[in-house]
Amino acid sequence: MESRTFYNEILTDHNLHPSHKARIEGTNMTLEGVNPSCGDDIILELRVNEDRIIEDGGFVGDGCAISQASADMMLDLIIGKNVEEAKRLSDIFLRMIKGSASEEEIEELEEASCLRDISHMPSRVKCAVLGWHTMEELVDHEEDED
Amino acid sequence: MTETKKKYKTFDSKEVRKDFALFNQSNLAYLDNAATTQRPNQVLEAEMNFYQRKNANPFRGIYDLSVEATDAYEEARKKVANLIHAKEAEEIVFTRNASESLNLVAYSLGELVLKEGDEILVGITEHHSNMLPWRQAAKRKGAKVNYLYTDEKGEITEEAFTKALSQRTKIVALTQVSNVFGRLNDLKTFAEIAHQRGIYFVADGAQSIPHRMVDVSDLGVDFLAFSGHKMLASMGIGVLYGKKELLEAMPPFLTGGEMIETVSLEKITYAPVPHKFEAGTVNTGGAVSLSAAIDYLNQYGMENLARVEEELTVYAYEKMERIPGIRILGSDDPRDHHGILTFQLEGVHPHDIAYILNQDGVAVRAGHHCAQPLLKYLKTPSTTRASLYFYNTKDEVDRLIDGLSKIRREMGYLD
Ligand SMILES: Cc1ncc(COP(=O)(O)O)c(C=O)c1O
Repeated sequence: MESRTFYNEILTDHNLHPSHKARIEGTNMTLEGVNPSCGDDIILELRVNEDRIIEDGGFVGDGCAISQASADMMLDLIIGKNVEEAKRLSDIFLRMIKGSASEEEIEELEEASCLRDISHMPSRVKCAVLGWHTMEELVDHEEDED
Repeated sequence: MTETKKKYKTFDSKEVRKDFALFNQSNLAYLDNAATTQRPNQVLEAEMNFYQRKNANPFRGIYDLSVEATDAYEEARKKVANLIHAKEAEEIVFTRNASESLNLVAYSLGELVLKEGDEILVGITEHHSNMLPWRQAAKRKGAKVNYLYTDEKGEITEEAFTKALSQRTKIVALTQVSNVFGRLNDLKTFAEIAHQRGIYFVADGAQSIPHRMVDVSDLGVDFLAFSGHKMLASMGIGVLYGKKELLEAMPPFLTGGEMIETVSLEKITYAPVPHKFEAGTVNTGGAVSLSAAIDYLNQYGMENLARVEEELTVYAYEKMERIPGIRILGSDDPRDHHGILTFQLEGVHPHDIAYILNQDGVAVRAGHHCAQPLLKYLKTPSTTRASLYFYNTKDEVDRLIDGLSKIRREMGYLD
């Protein structure tokens, strides 16, 4: 029963009252991410300036609380940072999910660290990483085009 | 068949549950029976007994053991024919599951009767297994698939059915009980209307045969498909019932061993039905398990089990509908649900619901239930489904209801 508390206040709050679940102005990067097996679906938008700083970001979509809250926490974390830093944090997040990130690294994830226990719930991992994978793909794809 | 008064074993839920190892070992409330049921010891033992004492490749050997294997397989076929009141055992084709049965009939009947410009009418309620094979057949033959829509409560009236037919409709493919709404379609009336116009009628019985008495002669459908694993038998055994004259006229689906009479380099003579449709070594263990499953159900009587299930369904529906934020899909009359309650809980995603219920030891299904076109038509992205069988208990239903009642609060809502 211990993992019932998994739906903790941070997570439910990001799910019910997301700060970034909206389209943003001046988007210059957009990508849709889907988990076909469970139907989670988000469209992630970023506005990245010439200095590769993520000035703003938002998402719209439909999915379970974990997928939606995780994307919202990710945007909290990466807005204002540059693309490389965002990718570094995403790498930590994905390693946290696999159980191979250090305590210091996990601390850098701020609220997103509340998803660390997901590593014990294989059926929910895909939900948690959807936003992060979509973000990585989005910025990598953009780099390919330069 | 005229019903003589049969002597049935008195149904006692506690006794029944002792036959299922899972229920003795764990406290899980298993409420995903529309996906697959559990299997009682009697069924598992029958299959094991076959492999321990009668195992040989049926049809192939001259020796006694092979004959015994053949007999076991053919006995199972007779048992299935009796269950659904087919006229002859030859009208029963064994397959892997309902999906394979529906692929078989879509392919072989399609080859026999479909011409360019013909139309196939398919229910919008259909499981992908009774939709995609028809789309494939249509593509192959230059035919077209039309959809038969229900109203928002999942009902198809006689009028709606008749209206959906056209001059060019050649085949109708429709489920008897929907795996989303649980609603029972009046196939007898629909098949009669179809036949008056020379249209073939294919029924999906995956959610009906396990739960009620079905008499195919009375229903009048040309084909009926179902799976053993949704009615206490092993995974990997399924059935296609087909009218003999149609099965005889249809070309084979899979070819190879056991389905031929003679093969020369110039000519193939196919085996008589049903063997023409059973290429390769058959799943005798599975057929034996299905036979034992039918015996298990028959000792209580399909109609009695249906009554037990209906009582549980009504009990569950009435409790569930009182939960704040719940919307149950389909009919407002619990008796229309036949063990299936598909629902939404406002503001909570089905995967979160199923996950939280799992923490409480309650297994339900979340997702699109292999009926994406239906959910799209209902403008419902995905749902949660609790599905009952006769062995479920009110206590298990209570646990579902208690779990569900707490979820909105757990997810941060203030009610
Ligand atoms: C109505 C209906 N048709 C067909 C199927 C397919 O059954 P199977 O997966 O055993 O082939 C199912 C089961 O999921 C079903 O509910």
